[in-house]
Amino acid sequence: MVTEFTPVSAAIGGALIGIACTLLLVLYGKIAGISGIVKSVFAKANSGSRWQLYFILGLLLAGVAVRVFAPSLLEGELQLSPWLIIVAGLLVGVGTTLANGCTSGHGVCGMSRFSTRSWVAMCTFMLVAIITANLVG
Amino acid sequence: MKAIMMVVIGFIFGLGLIISGMTNPAKVINFLTFGNQWDGSLIIVMAVAMLIMMLTWLWVAKKEKPLLSGSFNLSDLKKVDARLITGSILFGLGWGLSGICPGPGLVQLVSFKVEFLLFFAAVLGGMWLTKKLT
Repeated sequence: MVTEFTPVSAAIGGALIGIACTLLLVLYGKIAGISGIVKSVFAKANSGSRWQLYFILGLLLAGVAVRVFAPSLLEGELQLSPWLIIVAGLLVGVGTTLANGCTSGHGVCGMSRFSTRSWVAMCTFMLVAIITANLVG
Repeated sequence: MKAIMMVVIGFIFGLGLIISGMTNPAKVINFLTFGNQWDGSLIIVMAVAMLIMMLTWLWVAKKEKPLLSGSFNLSDLKKVDARLITGSILFGLGWGLSGICPGPGLVQLVSFKVEFLLFFAAVLGGMWLTKKLT
């Protein structure tokens, strides 16, 4: 499926993501790593803290608000067979748990901090993703 | 107060993912694949978000503690090990296959499409499995 290059909305969206990560760090000293947040809520990785639950609630509310007020913004589908969707999901779940992060934690928060681990992680998964997408697509 | 702020921060993050187009797997796949359908939007999303965070880290470096909490809760992991590389390779395979990562996957749950529910359930399954085995 062809998608349009959308630099303006990409910049606005990127700014919002950056602002959210900044608020979390400056106000509460926490990293906005989505896989870590998901893991702590659904897999009870570190109990005793509830901020992750509220963060996810806000994330879902954003989806609900957009569905109500601007549903065309939330388009998108997975063009894969159900089995491949399960395989992809499992790989993402196992991968982010082993690597302690994904595009938000390593990509946005870690790379901007010049963490070597995050640069290695990001370069590795970007390269593998490019190879995979080109072979499959 | 903290709970409300966390909801607001999550809301801003989610809105960013949606407005940037990253909740649409096709946009990510088109960024990853070369050819006529190449879509470079993701570079701009990452660049702007990273630029803001670089400035934030400059501020953080001069501070003892965050504004509303006792201490910074940051990773002090330094080692580049096999676990990090293996995890990144597996994540890259899953991401390149589907065009979706945990954040957009979570937001897309509100669309109630079976495919996204299935994807997210599998992500949780993968996380649970890794915790069991390691």
